[in-house]
Amino acid sequence: MESLGELFTYFLQNLINALQRGSFYAVISIGYSMVYGVLMLFNFAHGDIFMVGTYIGFGIATLLLAAFASILPGWTIFIGTVVITMFLASWIGVFVEVAGYRPLRSAPRASAAITGLMIGIIFETGILIMLGAKRLSFPPLMESVTYNIGGVFLTNVKVMIIIISLLLMIALQFFIQKTKWGMAMRAMSYDFLAVPLMGVSINIIAPLTFAIGAGLASVSGILYGQAYPILDPYMGVIIGWKAFVAAILGGRGSIKGAALAGYLLGFIEIFVATIFPSTLRDLIAYSIILLILTYRPRGFFGMEHSTKLRL
Amino acid sequence: MQLKVENLEVSYGNIKALHGVSFSVDAGEIVTIIGANGAGKSTTLRAISRMVPSAPGSVLEFNGQDILKYSADKVVAKLGISHVPEGRRIFGNLTVTENLTLACFARKDTDQIAKDLKWVFDLFGRLEERKDQLAGTLSGGEQQMLAVGRAFMSGRKIMLLDEPSMGLAPLLMLDMFDALKEINKTGTTILLVEQNARLALKFAQRGYVIENGTLVLEGKASDLLDDPEVKKAYLGA
Ligand SMILES: Nc1ncnc2c1ncn2[C@@H]1O[C@H](COP(=O)(O)OP(=O)(O)OP(=O)(O)O)[C@@H](O)[C@H]1O
Ligand SMILES: [Mg+2]
Repeated sequence: MESLGELFTYFLQNLINALQRGSFYAVISIGYSMVYGVLMLFNFAHGDIFMVGTYIGFGIATLLLAAFASILPGWTIFIGTVVITMFLASWIGVFVEVAGYRPLRSAPRASAAITGLMIGIIFETGILIMLGAKRLSFPPLMESVTYNIGGVFLTNVKVMIIIISLLLMIALQFFIQKTKWGMAMRAMSYDFLAVPLMGVSINIIAPLTFAIGAGLASVSGILYGQAYPILDPYMGVIIGWKAFVAAILGGRGSIKGAALAGYLLGFIEIFVATIFPSTLRDLIAYSIILLILTYRPRGFFGMEHSTKLRL
Repeated sequence: MQLKVENLEVSYGNIKALHGVSFSVDAGEIVTIIGANGAGKSTTLRAISRMVPSAPGSVLEFNGQDILKYSADKVVAKLGISHVPEGRRIFGNLTVTENLTLACFARKDTDQIAKDLKWVFDLFGRLEERKDQLAGTLSGGEQQMLAVGRAFMSGRKIMLLDEPSMGLAPLLMLDMFDALKEINKTGTTILLVEQNARLALKFAQRGYVIENGTLVLEGKASDLLDDPEVKKAYLGA
């Protein structure tokens, strides 16, 4: 019989793990949610954008480490990797919007969904062709230190993942609430047909939204690479679907909702695995999600579609 | 002539909504197009603001420039054509002030923006009282004021108005038209589309009557008010 104290440490340990996992889901699902909010389409390539972002991060980290590891402190290399990767990955997002979705703006939504899946496959095979099937390993960007706080094990990597993810989301929230581009995004999620009448070009706001989603996903990829250093071209598939689920659960276009749902998903997954055999984890976790959606079909913060689809 | 529309044809799928509409508006004028439901009033405005494509052969010119070369957002930002759409279409999830500032998205004249904002708030005192309120919580009349104020902020040369009287109580309606007069006095041309023909013809200098996608009558607004056919069909007398 475990003592209450032990149970509590066990709980805290899982809480930390859940926060880490939730951080990935939250940041990635925001990219899904924003695109859906602004353009009313699910970018099914988003998981693979995350994957490509991780590879870009891998490339940049490797280059920077090779060039500067002996002269610059580790944290500058880390920040350099994040900034450069974010910048480059944003262009992947822009590319996906311009080449993949823009020509389909007035096509039925199903065409866009199929295109998204197709883009994902192109990215997967593209990486496979360029880098081969061998699994690459993400270089550590900081020396891992483990702290033992009253029996709860905490690594500096975990803490960093949780904090950086939070900072990213706070920065995004600021951008959405305080800048004119963020305002335009909010307006688009309410009534995208009326937005051009304000002199706002949809051809600026749409790629910007994709760029932000891809940029965020790529940072998440770098962090992911610190926690799980193995890269593989299909790594984006499962995590992409999970982020999609979190976006749905959060409610159409709601950034707050997507973040919250991302964390919730992390919690459910981790805690289900502490009670049930891990092979049943996803089955049980997603049954819970299904149950929630049955009672809240619009998710946590889903707006009603206010857009009349003609002007 | 500021706005020239010639042989404008618009179709929605297989349905032809406009069959070669031609008219013109001079700078500073107030012109109205009246017509029954489904006659093609809104479609005419949407074609000018490039929200719907027009058929080849249609001519749309503004100050001698080919409107068809511009996309919808550039029509606002570069040509100064603003459009108050049917049903207001304000952004309910943004505050009143945000709605008004979003309309300045492409503008760079920061000083003038501040002056214009003040001007709009002076014109519609109710908006100023509610400036930090979400636009979705405004009453219908206030939303209409916001839609007009927003259009004023977005482009200054001509304002296309789609039934600004819709859903307003008679007194508010008169206030609204007084406000439009004030906007016109700043030098903004007004092209007004209305079902409320009497009101529109009293307000405008010239008018056109549209039926089934074709202009059937035109003239001085006061003459149209006295026209027996207009009286019979649109003034209920
Ligand atoms: N988005 C659309 N898709 C298909 N048909 C349309 C669309 N918009 C308008 N129409 C059709 O085009 C014709 C003209 O419509 P329009 O909206 O211009 O009329 P209106 O004069 O503004 O009428 P109302 O006074 O009722 O607003 C109508 O027959 C209408 O059914
Ligand atoms: Mg109409």
